[in-house]
Amino acid sequence: MILKQKLRDTLSGYGFMTPAIIILGVFLAVPVIYAIVLSFYRVQLLGEVDFRFAGLRNFIRIQDDERVWIALSNTIQYVLIVVPCQTILALILALLLNAKIRGRSWFRVAFFLPTVTSSAVLTLIFMWIYNSNGLLNNFLRFVRLPTYNWLGDPEVALKGIMLMNIWATAPLFMVIYLAALQDIPESLYEAASIDGATTWEKFWCITLPFLKPVTFFVITIGIIGTFQLFDQSYIFSNGSGGPDNSTLTIVLLIYQYAFNRLDMGYALALTLILALTIMIATLIQRYFFKEESLD
Amino acid sequence: MLKVQSFRWWIWLMYGGLILYAIVTFIPFLWALSASFKPLSEISAGGTNFIPQEFTLENYRQIFLQEPLFGRWLFNSAIVAIFVTLFNLLFNSMAGYALARIRFPGNGLLFFLILAVLVVPAQITLLPRFLILKSLGWLNSYQGLIVPTMVNATFIFMMRQFFINFPKELEEAAQLDGLNRFETFFQIVLPLAKPALAAQTIFIFMSSWNEFLLPLVVMSNPEMFTLPIGLNAFKGQYVTFWNYIMAASMVFTLPALVIYAFFNRYFIQGVTFTGGKS
Repeated sequence: MILKQKLRDTLSGYGFMTPAIIILGVFLAVPVIYAIVLSFYRVQLLGEVDFRFAGLRNFIRIQDDERVWIALSNTIQYVLIVVPCQTILALILALLLNAKIRGRSWFRVAFFLPTVTSSAVLTLIFMWIYNSNGLLNNFLRFVRLPTYNWLGDPEVALKGIMLMNIWATAPLFMVIYLAALQDIPESLYEAASIDGATTWEKFWCITLPFLKPVTFFVITIGIIGTFQLFDQSYIFSNGSGGPDNSTLTIVLLIYQYAFNRLDMGYALALTLILALTIMIATLIQRYFFKEESLD
Repeated sequence: MLKVQSFRWWIWLMYGGLILYAIVTFIPFLWALSASFKPLSEISAGGTNFIPQEFTLENYRQIFLQEPLFGRWLFNSAIVAIFVTLFNLLFNSMAGYALARIRFPGNGLLFFLILAVLVVPAQITLLPRFLILKSLGWLNSYQGLIVPTMVNATFIFMMRQFFINFPKELEEAAQLDGLNRFETFFQIVLPLAKPALAAQTIFIFMSSWNEFLLPLVVMSNPEMFTLPIGLNAFKGQYVTFWNYIMAASMVFTLPALVIYAFFNRYFIQGVTFTGGKS
């Protein structure tokens, strides 16, 4: 009887898991193995797919590929600017909204608009605002400041995308911070008040330490997200990474090698480098957080 | 007395900051919305007016009636997003339930594997997925976009956490009434999981509706484009026709906004949940 029940549980357990096992196996586990193996091959995509073992050649090629270094430096620059900015902005917004003021929920919904909107639409709207006859230049003209060719200048193109992304992503992290702020016990603040702590001291000694795990989460998600920058650069530059490679990111470069030059093996080698870079970045981050939590 | 005054000063500063930020949030959307009702001549002339001088619905008429593919792209996006959402709701809940509630050999190992999947960077799977879809003959097909994203490890994990905190008594009662596991799950458990399912709906629908890279890679036939890809192709075609592009962008944004407005409450809850309230 018990044996029968066990068998039934096993069958229903695997029955419930089957779709997940098949899909995650075929479209996640197999691809990861495939990616690692194929990065050592030359893959010919035209017509019949054809594989030829290439040893480390794909990885050696990366060293002399100038565009890889441009893409890497663009992407790292992007991560280093966007992640801190969006984290701090999210924290400030969350602190403002955590105060007991009227219309909180209204603000919360309003701020969320960019997060709900697709990257394609946001990029198009911003391209149009940055356009030579767009809102930004009109505004500058209105206040009698010189106008500018925002889309065409390699010096500012990536910064335009940065600005847009900080603005679009901060609200999501704001909500995460808000949830965490609500978990801080009120009694801690009361106790601090009795000890005569100022608002600033309370923030520094209670709020910030309490938010540390959430900040770790927000930064990790931020790093992973910014390293994957693709949609905005692709739409902004029509897939080229221009002007003058200024919006070329690693994922865009991978896309170009795989689908414009049909060089799948090399693109996969770049993918592995990207995955490795993301892992190292999150590890460095974790290290710094551990260090800080010692004192 | 002094304290009350400084308190007020802070409140004003807060409101000022919040309102300023709300304005910064809304301006791009208002500007785009107003452009979608302006004739091209008014747009090219420049100007900072948010209310169209010459209000027109022509841009919307144009994209729906003169652009044969626009309606098709809308349809493709809807089909893909709806099916992806439904499959995810079903499969993630089933897997989450099994991991939380059913004792079977391999349960622990499978849970560990799901956790391992969570840390795999997404792009690593993109190109191999393309090769697999190509060999299955699924490029330029709906199943090429739907099947690989039918299951999501993050939400399996989320559903497991949800079901673990679920009262056991109901299921036991159902089993005493002679319902088997599947009947219990579909008749008793799933209807009570509505908040978790709503949060999942909004996340999965949004990310499928807004997804850019996967359809760009899988669909090369313009008839099979989803809206984000179509919109981008549209831009190439009409480099200066910002009136059409903005009208199309507004049509694209509306369904996501409706879903968001409808499930908003659960969205915030869902974010809270994934926000690692450890």
